[in-house]
Amino acid sequence: MARSALSQGFESKQKTGAQDFFQSFHIDWPLMTGIIILCVLGLVVLYSASGEDWATMTRQMVWLCIALTVMILTAQIPPHHLEFWAPWVFGIGLMFLVLVLLFGDVGKGAQRWLNFGLFRFQPSEMMKFAVPMMVAWYMATKPLPPSTKRIMVALLIILIPVGLIAKQPDLGTSLLVASAGLFVLLLTGVSWVLIGGFLVTLAAVAPVVWFFYMHDYQRQRVLTFLNPENDPLGSGYHIIQSKIAIGSGGLYGKGWLNGTQSQLDFLPERSTDFIFAVFAEEFGLVGVVGLLAVYLYIIFRGMIIAVQAQSTFGRLLAGSLVLTFMVYIIVNIGMVSGLLPVVGVPLPLVSYGGTSLVTLMIAFGILMSIHTHRKLLTS
Amino acid sequence: MTQKNNNEMTNNSPAWRYYMVIAAMSCVAVFLSYRALTIQVMENDFLKNEGDARHLRTILLPAHRGMISDRNGEVLAISSPVVSVWANPQAAPKEPSKYKELAELIEISEKNISQMIAGKQDKEFVYLRRQMNPTIEDNVRALKIPGISVVREFKRYYPAAEVTSQLVGFTDIDDKGIEGVELQLDDFLKGKPGQDRVVKDRMGRIIDSIDLLEIPESGKNVELSIDKRLQYIAYRELKKQVQAHNAATGSLVLMNVHTGEILAMVNEPSYNPNRITKSDAPNFRNRAMTDLIEPGSTIKPFIAATALKSGMFSSHTLIETNSGVLKVGKNYVKDTHDYGDLDLAGVIAKSSNVGISLVALQLSKEMIWESLSDFGFGELTGSQFPGERKGMLPFFGEWDEFEQATLAFGYGISVTPLQLAQAYAMIANGGYLKPVTLLKRDTTPKGKQILSEEVTHEIMLMLESVVTREGTALQADIPGYRVAGKTGTAKKIGKHGYMDKNYLAMFAGVAPVSNPQLVAVVVIDDPDIKTGYYGGVVAAPVFSRVVSEALRLLDIAPDDVHEKPLRIAQAEGSMH
Repeated sequence: MARSALSQGFESKQKTGAQDFFQSFHIDWPLMTGIIILCVLGLVVLYSASGEDWATMTRQMVWLCIALTVMILTAQIPPHHLEFWAPWVFGIGLMFLVLVLLFGDVGKGAQRWLNFGLFRFQPSEMMKFAVPMMVAWYMATKPLPPSTKRIMVALLIILIPVGLIAKQPDLGTSLLVASAGLFVLLLTGVSWVLIGGFLVTLAAVAPVVWFFYMHDYQRQRVLTFLNPENDPLGSGYHIIQSKIAIGSGGLYGKGWLNGTQSQLDFLPERSTDFIFAVFAEEFGLVGVVGLLAVYLYIIFRGMIIAVQAQSTFGRLLAGSLVLTFMVYIIVNIGMVSGLLPVVGVPLPLVSYGGTSLVTLMIAFGILMSIHTHRKLLTS
Repeated sequence: MTQKNNNEMTNNSPAWRYYMVIAAMSCVAVFLSYRALTIQVMENDFLKNEGDARHLRTILLPAHRGMISDRNGEVLAISSPVVSVWANPQAAPKEPSKYKELAELIEISEKNISQMIAGKQDKEFVYLRRQMNPTIEDNVRALKIPGISVVREFKRYYPAAEVTSQLVGFTDIDDKGIEGVELQLDDFLKGKPGQDRVVKDRMGRIIDSIDLLEIPESGKNVELSIDKRLQYIAYRELKKQVQAHNAATGSLVLMNVHTGEILAMVNEPSYNPNRITKSDAPNFRNRAMTDLIEPGSTIKPFIAATALKSGMFSSHTLIETNSGVLKVGKNYVKDTHDYGDLDLAGVIAKSSNVGISLVALQLSKEMIWESLSDFGFGELTGSQFPGERKGMLPFFGEWDEFEQATLAFGYGISVTPLQLAQAYAMIANGGYLKPVTLLKRDTTPKGKQILSEEVTHEIMLMLESVVTREGTALQADIPGYRVAGKTGTAKKIGKHGYMDKNYLAMFAGVAPVSNPQLVAVVVIDDPDIKTGYYGGVVAAPVFSRVVSEALRLLDIAPDDVHEKPLRIAQAEGSMH
């Protein structure tokens, strides 16, 4: 049924064989092109950042295959199924989060993992799409713009998982999850007065969070961010080394595999969170602008998908996912270049690591599903 | 349901909000690009330097230090390549278990290694073991322990050890000259270290050499005037005598009278420069050049020479020695015996203090001062050896009569054994004061003529009479050679003036008299008086043994052949 509707919908357009092929698998090829470019770029930088380590490369390629498969599978699910399952996905995610707090594995000073024996699973990752799905679902049940009471309920939906994730503690993920949920609200047309009020409240709550809720290491990160040169050998080390890496790249960079900061082990976490510094050192400003252009292209394509979405749920979810993707980029590049405090946010599709890759691909799968399952109505 | 929502959506949701978000994102992208621009273009120079400062290092490549050899090319000091193992304590593991193999290689227990590293956590460099056989280098590197590195260096080796130690000196562990010729000619020997620009990683390991800025320039070799064979003989004989007489120290200088080259220069006690211990420090100095002595009677020939030069005396001028006692002002000058009337030659042969005082008192103070200055006393010899002293010849305006008298037999003036050797060489070579050197000379320096040949010839004959049955130094005699020389026995100065039981025993001599070649000065400090303390008894035999072997080794023809069969006959006769 879906197939016939699809071929029907595209009859009016010029079609190529490739488009046909992509559409039959519910793949949005403009988005797909951007993703592939980024993944290839990611592998190229990773080869350099890992010290030409083929074991790391192989692992990352396996993850890429898994993630792309998951994306395509996700793209096959029609948006209204996603809408239907949204509360369930959210509920299960919430349950996992509680389980993590009770039984989770501890790693690097935080309790983030659920161990299923065969594999370890990080429920907070799942919330990156489960929360916007849930908020979008809730918002779509009544006409927009939402009433103040409904906004309050939506905020609650967001705050419960965000609080649980922050408690693990995982500042980076909770930030991303919160923004994913809040972006849905922003896109529902909440009045600017409310948004302003929210920001004021946030500013008022910040000191309270600082003194009563944040962990020492989190406070340390913020202090370090404000003045990294205070402690150049300790917590400021990451930022200083990474700024040097980016800055010494210059206009055209030192060339692939020639970055001294990264190749000589001065740059910490260079395969994961700080991979942007490796990229900037080796490919220079030209490379950075190119990379940002690819990201911008993906975001624009995502926004077009959101605007063209045919349901409120789809439109809100797509918009939120794209904006969250953007937050990823801003936070990561901002932190690596010393504009933002160090929070563990990877550079999407480029950083080494499987979990965030799979989560991102699920989000792209949802975008593709929303776009490729449209029913084109002739007016 | 979906359809309905969709309619509401299009009606109520402000699409402009999406476009506004897109605009906002574009702004953010522009902002991030701007950020990259500021860091990568505007701060590029600064941050590039910072980056370079983290991984680019200029390291010094050690230069091979020049070799020191004797006049025949025999090695006295040579540098051989060694390796040192060092650690970056901040990068190196702390567990002793990681150092099992390393411990075996560098022969330090793994516990000690980990303690050295744990104790220097605030440092980035600590030597674990220095100067080891270079064969371990590859093995240590192969262990690939983080923070452990090997550096190539050179180690100095002194084959002649204590025989040449004060003369050659030594270098410190960083190959810098500290004493002796090593210090004197350090600039010449050390060469110029090369520079290599290298890339180092965070652990300080050298990853790559990117630019050899300067090739290390080896130091130059130095050929000394020393003859190692003579040096050995001199050291052996001096040491033997110092021990036999239970003396404090001894020095010996052997010099070529024509070239001013030092052929041997030894001191006892000595030390082994290859394995220096703390207790060696007092023996580091080359006493023959750095220690001042009152020359005692060894100065007398120079007073006699001054007297001859003045024209007021000849070698036959008679001097009444006044029953061996002479009152000068309130003080007395004494001889050990009453020699009666002596001519000037007799005064030297018998070493009469009264006689030489009487001579000196007839000469003007200024004349004595001038000629002693001309002979090199109170002046450096020109050896340029570090720490060489010039002694003290007090200005004649300050002398009273007694001082003028005592100066004539070697008190109130201080000299080095080397100065004595230089002055005796002048007598031996016909009156030319030659600058002294420790370096091999290709040409004979002209020197400055101080005395006429007639005067020096007469002094030589006087000095020859010293080494006879009638003189004070029969034991300086060398069978087959005519020997000239002068003994000296000076009281040492203690806390309360001159001491009664502490002497310096000296002998300065020249051989062969008919064709002077070698001059030697022997000083034995504080011999046990029970074993004898006269220069003729303690110092003269060393001269005889050393110079006789030197004459033969240097193939210098005997000039006293007539006596030889007679002596052999005597020796044979005594055997029967």
